[in-house]
Amino acid sequence: MIKKLMKSIREYKKQTILTPLSVAIEVVLEVVLPYLMAKLIDDGIYQGSMDATVSIGIQLIIFTILSLFFGAVSGLYAAKASSGFAKNLRKDLYYKVQTFSFANIDKFSTSSIVTRLTTDVTNVQNAFQMILRIAIRAPLILIFSLIMTLTINVKMSIVFFILIPVVGLTLFIISRIAMPIYRKVFKKYDDLNNIVEENTAGIRVVKSYGLEKEEINKFEKKALEIFKLFTKGGKLVALNAPIMQFFMYLGMILISWLGARLIIITHSTELTTGQLSSLITYAIQILFSIMMLTMISVMLTISMSSAKRIVEILDEKPSIKSAKNPIKTVENGSIQFKNVAFSYIGKKNKEVLKDINFTIQSGENIGIIGGTGVGKSSLVNLIPRLYDVTEGELLVAGNNVKEYDVKSLRDAVSCVLQKNILFSGTVKDNLRWGNEDATDEELIEACKLAQADGFINQFPDKYDTYIEQGGTNVSGGQKQRLCIARALLKKPKILILDDSTSAVDTKTEQLIREAFNKKIPNTTKIIIAQRISSVQDCDKIIVMKQGQINAIGTHKELLKNNDIYKEVYESQTQDS
Amino acid sequence: MDNKENKHQRPQVSGKTVKRLFKIIFKNYKKLIPIVIICIVISSIVSVSAPLFTEILIDDYIVPLMTIDNPTFDGLNTLILIMAGTFLLGVLTSFIYSRLMVNISEGTIKYIRDKMFIKMQDLPIKYFDTNTHGDIMSHYTNDVDTLARMISDSLPQLVSSLLSLIAVTISMFIQSWQLTLFILAFLVLMLKLTGYITKKSGGYFIGQQKTLGKVNGYIEEMINGQKVVKVFNYEERAKKNFDKVNEELYDNMVNANRFSNILMPILNNLGNLEYVLVALLGAYLAISGTAEGLTIGTIASFLALTRSFNQPIKNISSQVNMVVMAMAGATRIFELTDQEPEVNDGYVTLVNANVDSKGNITETNDYTGQWAWKHKHHDGTIDYIELKGYIEIENVNFGYEPNKEILHDITLYAKPGQKIAFVGATGAGKTTITNLINRFYDVEDGKIRYDGININKIKKEDLRKSLGLVLQDTNLFTGTIKENIKYGKLDATDEEVIKAAKIANAHDFISMLPKGYDTMLTANGSQLSQGQRQLLSIARCAINNPPVMILDEATSSIDTRTEKLVQDGMDKLMEGRTVFVIAHRLSTVRNSKAIMVMENGKIIERGTHEQLLEQKGQYYQLYTGAFELE
Repeated sequence: MIKKLMKSIREYKKQTILTPLSVAIEVVLEVVLPYLMAKLIDDGIYQGSMDATVSIGIQLIIFTILSLFFGAVSGLYAAKASSGFAKNLRKDLYYKVQTFSFANIDKFSTSSIVTRLTTDVTNVQNAFQMILRIAIRAPLILIFSLIMTLTINVKMSIVFFILIPVVGLTLFIISRIAMPIYRKVFKKYDDLNNIVEENTAGIRVVKSYGLEKEEINKFEKKALEIFKLFTKGGKLVALNAPIMQFFMYLGMILISWLGARLIIITHSTELTTGQLSSLITYAIQILFSIMMLTMISVMLTISMSSAKRIVEILDEKPSIKSAKNPIKTVENGSIQFKNVAFSYIGKKNKEVLKDINFTIQSGENIGIIGGTGVGKSSLVNLIPRLYDVTEGELLVAGNNVKEYDVKSLRDAVSCVLQKNILFSGTVKDNLRWGNEDATDEELIEACKLAQADGFINQFPDKYDTYIEQGGTNVSGGQKQRLCIARALLKKPKILILDDSTSAVDTKTEQLIREAFNKKIPNTTKIIIAQRISSVQDCDKIIVMKQGQINAIGTHKELLKNNDIYKEVYESQTQDS
Repeated sequence: MDNKENKHQRPQVSGKTVKRLFKIIFKNYKKLIPIVIICIVISSIVSVSAPLFTEILIDDYIVPLMTIDNPTFDGLNTLILIMAGTFLLGVLTSFIYSRLMVNISEGTIKYIRDKMFIKMQDLPIKYFDTNTHGDIMSHYTNDVDTLARMISDSLPQLVSSLLSLIAVTISMFIQSWQLTLFILAFLVLMLKLTGYITKKSGGYFIGQQKTLGKVNGYIEEMINGQKVVKVFNYEERAKKNFDKVNEELYDNMVNANRFSNILMPILNNLGNLEYVLVALLGAYLAISGTAEGLTIGTIASFLALTRSFNQPIKNISSQVNMVVMAMAGATRIFELTDQEPEVNDGYVTLVNANVDSKGNITETNDYTGQWAWKHKHHDGTIDYIELKGYIEIENVNFGYEPNKEILHDITLYAKPGQKIAFVGATGAGKTTITNLINRFYDVEDGKIRYDGININKIKKEDLRKSLGLVLQDTNLFTGTIKENIKYGKLDATDEEVIKAAKIANAHDFISMLPKGYDTMLTANGSQLSQGQRQLLSIARCAINNPPVMILDEATSSIDTRTEKLVQDGMDKLMEGRTVFVIAHRLSTVRNSKAIMVMENGKIIERGTHEQLLEQKGQYYQLYTGAFELE
């Protein structure tokens, strides 16, 4: 897993290696500094020697400057390495998602993909920076400080070898007890935020039932639970500081007592007073590095789950790929379904489409009618290979869709999805999704066909009007017409409108159909609709029922022979 | 766009915010705070005294004893014992205050959270309409989180650092005022540098937050539209655009981290440098004898103090950003709690009533299924008016913002049991009228009466309870289906729940669910279809049994097949009630008693379906499909 993530370091290898390296040097210097400071006191000040004071002082200054240099360098490199790593990781994830098929996206759900690309990346980035800086620093300080204590006095260093495991274990145990509490608290925390979210979104409901008090009770109950858990966890964690202090003071006292006796008994031959103060300094450094290590272990466990979620995306295999030697051009707009069955989860008995057999000639107008959930959208989604058939064969222009280059196939089959989405950007930006290089004339032409040119020209900024995210500043009918224009710009061989004119009024819808017949007669057009009026002029109308084709025929034929069609027709004509 | 950006800017942090925050903390923990402060003081003194003990140990015991052949350790042992006692006191006090601080910080946060939520429930709908949900949410997440961390971590750190600093400075002064002056001069330099760096990194941190928001926004928009991306072979272009914003984020991130990463090494090593300079200066002063009373021993202990002096400064510097951010959060929180609450000074209330055959009304505490308005007059007399559902709107003008009138001179009435429909384009003012009836907004000009009573006189909760509301966006709450239906009547029995579900045509689908009425709904009932969710919200309304109902585009985002079910459910619910219905599918409004065609805040046509068709006006055009709604 770690290996997979490390691939994203790439051009930041240099910084990634240099950061811990300069941290290491900084640590060495930092450990030497107290030693020199002790020397300054012993050899310089206590001896009353100005020369010694100056010469050790100069050494100290040089070391300080070096330490500053390496400290700053490691900080700068760490900033670059971690930001760069995050950038690449985000990029790798995003690029990977671009290769995902509809099935892949469905598997993860869009919101979960978004979380992985945002929150999870940030978590992993923080962990990465911490590893580079602190995870190297803490053990190094520990080791070097221990070495220094050994060089000062072996006997005295025994104190450390006893203290370290005790401190480490204590802190470790505390963090392990506290962690599950915090996990639980985060879960509860989500619940609390959920209440707030539901109340902001549903405030009209709350107010109209006059249940403000009940909602407050609900909230306060959750807030109390969180308070209790946080206090419980907090009290455990709050033990850390006094425990650390306890061991620090314990170390100081042990060192002072044992050290003082040693100095006095040996008449300062085995240990000097300066060395005694530096031992105390080392004691503090060692204990702090242990505390940092336990902190790191907690942080890393937390970010591990984020790392796991990221790797899941990186490991996902796109379920639709182009064939090895793909066909690059789609000759015409003919379509043939041969015994096609389809299931979203790839299982038998759970099929949403079964026994689909029919042929469409290039340039035909096809209508599809049927209730919700009968498989109309699933059927047309198979044509541009948004999903793969589970059984049977689907041919476009005489070739199995799997033999095409996916990109070429989708360029030739333009699909206006039921769930239409416009993106933030100008009208032009949105239209150019269909064709990046389209000229302004082509854009206008497509919009005229889709009956969108009229209302676009009524906007103050016309084609440069800014569309808000999700297209919230245009009406439903306008949105649908923009989406149709966008699809037309691909100049497709096959055009699929999946219930894409439901919000367009009947008159405009008819104008669109007439324009299609006049301007793009050779394009195969498949129209899924709820209204009979949208499809009644089609060459063929397919009536679907429970994942199967119930009947195929013209409006007249179906009206005569097909009960479902007749029923729908009658229910819709009653009104007018 | 501009508006949004303004909102995300950091509000100005003022001393007022700090004062207010402390007031809250003090108010709730009057008894604990003094204990905490005493403990912090003691523990700081102990930690400052630690190096001093070492010096005493060395100067007064080790050095004199070193040269003696048969030293006695009594004095030394006593000192060690005093040290141990002092240290134990330090540990104990820090244990006490850390533990108490957990209570104080978590308790304060809970207090603030509750206060915010209580306030939020009291705010007018306008607040929710003019602030994005994300923005409101961030008060509870980001702002509270940073504040919590500041109270629990930064505050005690700051206090103890400050105390240590004072204690150390005093002891340094006692040892040598000359060296202390030097240290203080150096301190000014360090503070200036810290200030410069935190200011620099602060700017970049804001930039980083901004671009991070931008990148996350881009990711969210594109991933949500990923299926469209696929259909249009847009992958390559999506990558290119992504790279651009991603690169921008990288630049900001590097800069922000760069400055914050180098702060510590700089402060650390300035501290070291200071140590050397003090040593040199001290040694010079002592050896040359320029400064009186400066012995070698004092220099040694002064040097130790120098190190203790730098630790709190480092602590404080590392907390500065945190504190500023937390205070910005606190300012935003106070902004929310300072919002004007909804005006609710109505005095007419809704009570259970018995109505006898002569129409005399008596108040009762038991549920009778009959209700009456209890109208207390100024002279103390009480009137009871039977709840019937008669709504009159008279010459109403209204605008959400001053000088921008949305509704012009609206007059209409609905007698009990009548169905009134509103038809018209988006922005014509249909929903605005309904917002006024249940007083989500208050009329400025004109009158609205409910059973003859001006709605301004009615207590808001009671007014709203007597009005059922079914909206286009169904809002369900986390909980079981049963709980969601009971939302309309908290003390409803299971039978009542099922009865309501049956009226709403929801019973069949609920029974099909494996857990039936006990099915848990999460995330606004996302496991149900839009139609099913709407059926539940109708059931919720049915159990509430209000005499007047408002249906705002209740069927417009439902597929045609479920629409029939929903429509049937709604028709059953509408029986015998006064109903205001807004719909863009004209088939739903045909059988209304009166249809109001609205345009630009005015009623331009009114009449029955047949009358309006005959008029061959706007409604006729809409109906024949010559005109597009929405």
